[in-house]
Amino acid sequence: MPRHLLAAGDLDRPTAEHLLDTAARIEQAIAGREVRKLPTLRGRTVVNLFFEDSTRTRISFELAAKRLSADVINFSAKGSSVSKGESLKDTAWTLQAMGADAVVCRHSSSGAPQQLSAWVDGHVVNAGDGTHEHPTQALLDAYTLRRHLGGLQDRRIVIVGDVLHSRVARSNVLLLRTLGADVTLVAPPTLLPVGVSDWPATVSYDLDRALVGADAVMMLRVQQERMQGAFFPTAREYSRGYGLDGRRRDLLAPNGIVLHPGPMNRGMEITPQVADGANSVIVEQVTNGVTVRMAVLYLLLSGSEGAL
Amino acid sequence: MTVPSSGASGSGTPVAENAAAVATEILGPGDIARTIDRIAHQILERNGDRPVVLLGIPTRGVYLARRLGERLDTFAAGSEPVGVGSLDITLYRDDLRRRPPRALLETLIPGGGIDDAVVVLVDDVLYSGRTIRAALDALRDHGRPAVVQLAVLVDRGHRQLPIRADYVGKNIPTALGDDVAVRLAETDGRDAVELVRAAPTAGEIR
Repeated sequence: MPRHLLAAGDLDRPTAEHLLDTAARIEQAIAGREVRKLPTLRGRTVVNLFFEDSTRTRISFELAAKRLSADVINFSAKGSSVSKGESLKDTAWTLQAMGADAVVCRHSSSGAPQQLSAWVDGHVVNAGDGTHEHPTQALLDAYTLRRHLGGLQDRRIVIVGDVLHSRVARSNVLLLRTLGADVTLVAPPTLLPVGVSDWPATVSYDLDRALVGADAVMMLRVQQERMQGAFFPTAREYSRGYGLDGRRRDLLAPNGIVLHPGPMNRGMEITPQVADGANSVIVEQVTNGVTVRMAVLYLLLSGSEGAL
Repeated sequence: MTVPSSGASGSGTPVAENAAAVATEILGPGDIARTIDRIAHQILERNGDRPVVLLGIPTRGVYLARRLGERLDTFAAGSEPVGVGSLDITLYRDDLRRRPPRALLETLIPGGGIDDAVVVLVDDVLYSGRTIRAALDALRDHGRPAVVQLAVLVDRGHRQLPIRADYVGKNIPTALGDDVAVRLAETDGRDAVELVRAAPTAGEIR
């Protein structure tokens, strides 16, 4: 296994399960404590290198590193040397010279974290690259699913929405399949990528049919900022065909759960009643995100060699 | 990545894979049972009616703590049952940079918590003292016990920190290269404490 976490597709089942088990132990270790901080990574430096706007993922990584007592440096491209024309390679060399033990990288170009990993000695964690992957989001989703469903083997998970632009969908399909789940992708044909038939998932255009008896549904955000073409006629039409409302949620299996990576377009891909309803685990996903990222940083940064 | 195991025994050194190495049994099942009984009596004698919480350090310390808890409840019938939990110290170790990551084990603090209680840390082998140092750090994050005491089945010496046990099952003089293996029925199918002497170097007279 590599020293970096670049893609959910790189994780085999024992590694993924070990990571999730580690997260569960960390959650257990700090549950109900006044001091929710561990000394594990004292003296290590984690750099959050974000070339793309992201508040929740950056804060989640920052909190995870700080809860393990690591020093955290936040580097955002806006207002930095990058906006003055510095290349990714020069930025990498700068981080290298400063002695970063881990670099958490988000970039609008697919493959940037992998490229970065060739230039720095530290461990690289992909926090989302273009339309490629977002492995820690898939891990936190799997962790949340596992907590509620017990296990993922043969569970039916439906992922709905803008699969074309979604690195979350790709990472989730790969990881959930690795963990034994059956994944169905539901989207309008215009929002499915070329080659989706090669993904280890079933593809459907009929949301009502896919939801019947499913153990969980994961709604994807409609990414207005990545849309440069007419992928669907109107927002209302999209909601009618692919939005999750109370009626559709009730098609799930008893105790079926609703996930969303956030941020949500309420009223577009999900109604407020469902987002805030009893089956929704959307807020819990955020909490689990910190725990899972703590597990990733612990496994990568303890020991002289990476463990992932 | 190879998924790490949780380690074999509390001795801190791997069992020598030497066909010539002979394991000498220091304690058998009867000895271990009597030792646990003795330590239970000593805990009662020292702490009287004060609430006691036993926290075992995984893996074998947890099973020893459970056995100790059962004996305490038997000897002090009528008193409140003793709280028994576990305290994983992996995230508090001071050698995390030197070793591959270890699997995390269970931390379970009994319902009543540890504030103002007498906490007895329970481990199988006391060696360098670094595990107990880590346990004291972990304990501090869980609450503020009135008193912290340490019970170990075996003290093999070679301390690297100023730490001592309050209750010792057996002191076993060892050389640094020796291995002390604690076997418990819950994890190993049998109860025993074995000493495996380091292979003698050439010219060494044993």
